[in-house]
Amino acid sequence: MPNMSLKKNEMPSQAPDARNKNFLEVALGYTEEQALDEAQRCLHCKNKPCVSGCPVQVRIPEFIEKAAAGDFEGAYQVIAQSSSLPAVCGRVCPQESQCEKHCVRGVKGEPVGIGRLERFVADWHNQHVQEAPEKPASNGHKVAVVGSGPAGLTCAGDLARLGYAVTVFEALHTAGGVLVYGIPEFRLPKAIVQKEIDGLKAMGVKIETNMVIGRVLSIDELLEQGFEAVFIGSGAGLPRFMNIPGENLKGVYSANEFLTRVNLMKAYKTSSGTPIHRARKVAVVGGGNVAMDAARCAKRLGAEEVYIVYRRSEKELPARAEEVEHAKEEGVIFKLLNNPTRILGDESGSVQGIECLEMALGEPDASGRRRPVEKAGSQFTLDVDCVIMAIGTSPNPLIKSTTEGLETQKWGGIIVEEETGLTSRENVYAGGDAVTGAATVILAMGAGKTAAKAIHESLSKK
Amino acid sequence: MYQIVKKRVLNPTVTLMEIEAPLVAKKAQPGQFIILRVDEDGERIPLTIADFNRDQGTVTIIFQIVGATTEKLNHLHEGGFLQDFVGPLGKPTHTEGLKKVAVVGGGVGCAIAYPVAKKLHEQGCEVHSIVGFRNKDLLILKEEFKSVSHMYALMTDDGSAGEKGLVTDALRRLIESGEQYDQVIAIGPLIMMKFVTKLTKAFDIPTVVSMNPIMIDGTGMCGGCRLTVGGETKFACVDGPDFDGFLVDFDEAMARGAMYRGFERQAHEEACNLFRGGKA
Repeated sequence: MPNMSLKKNEMPSQAPDARNKNFLEVALGYTEEQALDEAQRCLHCKNKPCVSGCPVQVRIPEFIEKAAAGDFEGAYQVIAQSSSLPAVCGRVCPQESQCEKHCVRGVKGEPVGIGRLERFVADWHNQHVQEAPEKPASNGHKVAVVGSGPAGLTCAGDLARLGYAVTVFEALHTAGGVLVYGIPEFRLPKAIVQKEIDGLKAMGVKIETNMVIGRVLSIDELLEQGFEAVFIGSGAGLPRFMNIPGENLKGVYSANEFLTRVNLMKAYKTSSGTPIHRARKVAVVGGGNVAMDAARCAKRLGAEEVYIVYRRSEKELPARAEEVEHAKEEGVIFKLLNNPTRILGDESGSVQGIECLEMALGEPDASGRRRPVEKAGSQFTLDVDCVIMAIGTSPNPLIKSTTEGLETQKWGGIIVEEETGLTSRENVYAGGDAVTGAATVILAMGAGKTAAKAIHESLSKK
Repeated sequence: MYQIVKKRVLNPTVTLMEIEAPLVAKKAQPGQFIILRVDEDGERIPLTIADFNRDQGTVTIIFQIVGATTEKLNHLHEGGFLQDFVGPLGKPTHTEGLKKVAVVGGGVGCAIAYPVAKKLHEQGCEVHSIVGFRNKDLLILKEEFKSVSHMYALMTDDGSAGEKGLVTDALRRLIESGEQYDQVIAIGPLIMMKFVTKLTKAFDIPTVVSMNPIMIDGTGMCGGCRLTVGGETKFACVDGPDFDGFLVDFDEAMARGAMYRGFERQAHEEACNLFRGGKA
């Protein structure tokens, strides 16, 4: 008899006023009892709508069935057949708009906590199973992957499972892309990312760090070196600025810089050689997950007041509902319907304040969202000594500018065939944010999977 | 890990190291830079490529000991290893078509100016090198510069070597005596580059400067190194580090460069104490 509770089992988490002073993980994960109980809520429907909502099509009812029977390792093996990074996805996927959105239990009450169960199963595996995954038999083909973010790691994992010799080239000194430099420790512990990467290495994936493709080697040179196909998963790492006066003052960061210092360089630890501005009052401009991450990091670095400055209303905030909720609980102040017009500095060139205008929502624009319009005479100044710009990123032009014949959109996204990820260059595939512009971890994984399948179809014909 | 195959002390505060990094050596060009990390907790710092040997697969860096990281780097020995060494980054210095150039180097900036002078010389360009140091103890690369220069002018603040005065004094004299340069290339402290461009602007001589802002990744993903050039924001790590000196906002660059001064001073102190205590 299934558990007919209308509500998901709550996830234990650190208290807001304790967690906003440390970088430890906020959500603590289910206990075995909670996981068993939650797994009983799945009705095992025949048409499995949840699976169609998952970009990598994890066989959800099948893994939940094993979990409900207490066979957590069996459950893990089911997920591992479709996903290379279950401990990551269980934590950072926006399940409310993917698998859980389609769950039948969600029609009346809350959907099954699929993400929380995936996380539990992956963590259980990582704690209890020491043996490395088996190294598949080689099929003699070589593939290069550019970028070690979610797209690249998924593509590499899928190909390695099929016996390909895969080498991943990463520009930074640590693999993981946005999973290590962008998403903070308190949402995604770096030890978990490392564990997933170690699993790929055990399957034979080679990871070469400090390799800026486009500078140290070009895409063409990779092909000349005998890689039969190349997958570009280089992401969208180029930060945007607003081009308002004062943006180059001391104390103005792109969210990428701020988060890279905090997450990759661990500037919050005293042992780190990398400095960070310990601000008193911080304004984060933007309303996405990156803005929430930056604001919550600023709070943890000791800022007394942290503002989110966003030009639309709460309803339009692009961040995950859970992150917005967490940010509020931790004391982040939301200045909605506000748009910065300039940043003010003192004599030494340091940030002293940010001037904003109040906005109202007008008619919907071409994208269907109501356009913010300025309220005349509503100008005011927020007293801050740090401003973090989190208004989006676009693909880095380095690979495009060094690869002849690689077609891109005007804004820099690489143009690909949707079903295969094939670019305008033979044997060169691309996926993730490098193609779509800034999107989600799981969409990048889906793109990595699509390309791996297409690469396999193309190379196995040879 | 990247091995230090050679270490040479150039003066009490400046050290040369040759690092084994064959892929970097294969592509390196004058004007480009690398980013390194000394150890696992270390920060990423940019250093310009001072020389390279494609056959031996080595890249030469020359650094001045100014803070915690360069202090730690200086305590490594031949045969030791660096945690990370990535490059070549940035755009190479544009040297094509130049017939007569004044290369102006200040302090450790001479380490960056030297490979540019060398490349110009190899291309048959007439090179006038004007180098400046605080005093004779800080002088570096004298013979190297002389071997690639048609003319070599050495200036020191206190007159303890060469002539007493600033590089701008020597440059002004050369220009006023009728030397006609296609271009001036200035590499050194921001304040020096600012005054060189002030001078050359009065004479309308195109001037290229090599900027040295704070960097983290060095690949264009953070904008920590941004500068205002001709009213536009540029990222020095991908758009530069070379820029048209007439268009650079030097005052803004100097303010941004001082962003972490307090932290840096403290970190340097701690690093020095560590070595003094004999723990490292």
